[in-house]
Amino acid sequence: MEKSIAGKSITVNEEGYLTDFSQWDKTVGEALAAEAEITLTPRHWDVIRYLQDEHKNQVALSIRRIGKSGLVDIKEFYQLFPVAPLKTATKIAGIPKPASCI
Amino acid sequence: MKNLIILGAGTAGTMMANHLHHHLQSPDWQISIIDEREEHHYQPGYLFLPFDIYAPEDIIKTIEEFIPKDVKLLKQKISRIVPTDNKVQLANGDELAYDILIIATGAKIAPEETEGMKGSEWHKSVFDFYTFEGALALRNKLRDWQGGKLVVHITEMPIKCPVAPLEFSFLADSFFKHKHMRDRVEITYVTPLSGAFTKPKATEALEHLLHEKGIHIESDFAIEHVDNEKKEIVDYGGRTIPFDILVTIPTNKGDALLERSGMGDDLNYVPTHKATLQSKEYANIFVLGDASNIPASKAGSVAHFEAEILTDNILRYIKGEPLLEEFDGHANCFIETGNGKALLIDFNYTHEPVEGSFPFAGIGPLRLLKESRMNHMGKLAFRWIYWNVLLKGTHIPFVSATMSESGKKFD
Repeated sequence: MEKSIAGKSITVNEEGYLTDFSQWDKTVGEALAAEAEITLTPRHWDVIRYLQDEHKNQVALSIRRIGKSGLVDIKEFYQLFPVAPLKTATKIAGIPKPASCI
Repeated sequence: MKNLIILGAGTAGTMMANHLHHHLQSPDWQISIIDEREEHHYQPGYLFLPFDIYAPEDIIKTIEEFIPKDVKLLKQKISRIVPTDNKVQLANGDELAYDILIIATGAKIAPEETEGMKGSEWHKSVFDFYTFEGALALRNKLRDWQGGKLVVHITEMPIKCPVAPLEFSFLADSFFKHKHMRDRVEITYVTPLSGAFTKPKATEALEHLLHEKGIHIESDFAIEHVDNEKKEIVDYGGRTIPFDILVTIPTNKGDALLERSGMGDDLNYVPTHKATLQSKEYANIFVLGDASNIPASKAGSVAHFEAEILTDNILRYIKGEPLLEEFDGHANCFIETGNGKALLIDFNYTHEPVEGSFPFAGIGPLRLLKESRMNHMGKLAFRWIYWNVLLKGTHIPFVSATMSESGKKFD
């Protein structure tokens, strides 16, 4: 479905995840973060860029993996994105919701 | 003579031995299977043990009675796989060379991954039911428990049999009703997922059932530690859930053998091609059942469907033919819902569980994603099928290795 955000039109799925990463830019990220009531700091951006890189390299994302990333520990990850952090962070990063499970 | 070695004589390894011994025979081939244990446990039975529905003798047999006579059974501890030398090293110092290796060492609980889980309350008020010892300790606790807060909890995905914790919650509801003490027990289902299950349609049906049975659900809960003194679980965001009995599914991991051999991912699962079941790194290694990292359910039915396809692929590999990319992630699971009823779900990599009839389109007799007594009879009959049909590698009539789309209500 189409969604209007930060003065742009983006395509998202029924859960609000971008379906086309090329529509993502920093202002879209900021607007999506604002919807989740998060103000992005440089630490947030480190995590978002990390998630985007991992996604590009087709690495399956999980909370466990982020804890072992060397970038943030799980505790800090939760401080940055307090509610369902992996789902929120991937949504802001414009990448698909991780299929963590079967 | 060439050697095919199977590591692990659980559900997957035993089925493979039974399939392959018809095709790979002396003097050309010797099949060996290695497992240090004496007993073969019917693991789905662990679910029923805590409620005194099954007794220990219902779910334990010897490994030996399911291994064909022409397959060599070695009851040894495996110390390492050396894939670059095509060798398996045993703890007693022996080295075995293989032409083809099948890894079927399964998945196990790892409570030590979560701080405080295996603490002072372990098997006193904190229980697992994924091991025989855990299920038995829980049975003894439940026999004379007077009520309180029962918390059923999943640590992280993936886990073996992802529906088992739901089934446990439903059976607990039914168990306490029969004991006329349901009003004294508060049941909470705690999951790291956003809902009751991993697939949307099944989640909807299962959440409806949880609601109907008065089971409270707490979702998106990523546990940080178990507080043994306060008797509560705490998540990374600081949420706490108190318990009198915690029934947890700890982190599941592949066998430590894979870590020792440098062949596992960060949860010790072997990177495996999801359609051929061949190891991604070594052409002469195949991985079956819970030991692999493929995105299918870790369940006996999956291993059963995989075994039929893997048998074909191993024979093709031996003949130098290209492997069939045939495995579709097919899983077929009964979900006990209590009071003598059950649901049935049938799904694969691309098709989520939906409503319909099974195995005959429009006829059944089993109903998909709907509670029925017939489904429950199916689940109970399954124990007999497991021991007498499944382990022996016999094809189950009318149930194909790849998922059938007929008789199902897709949108």
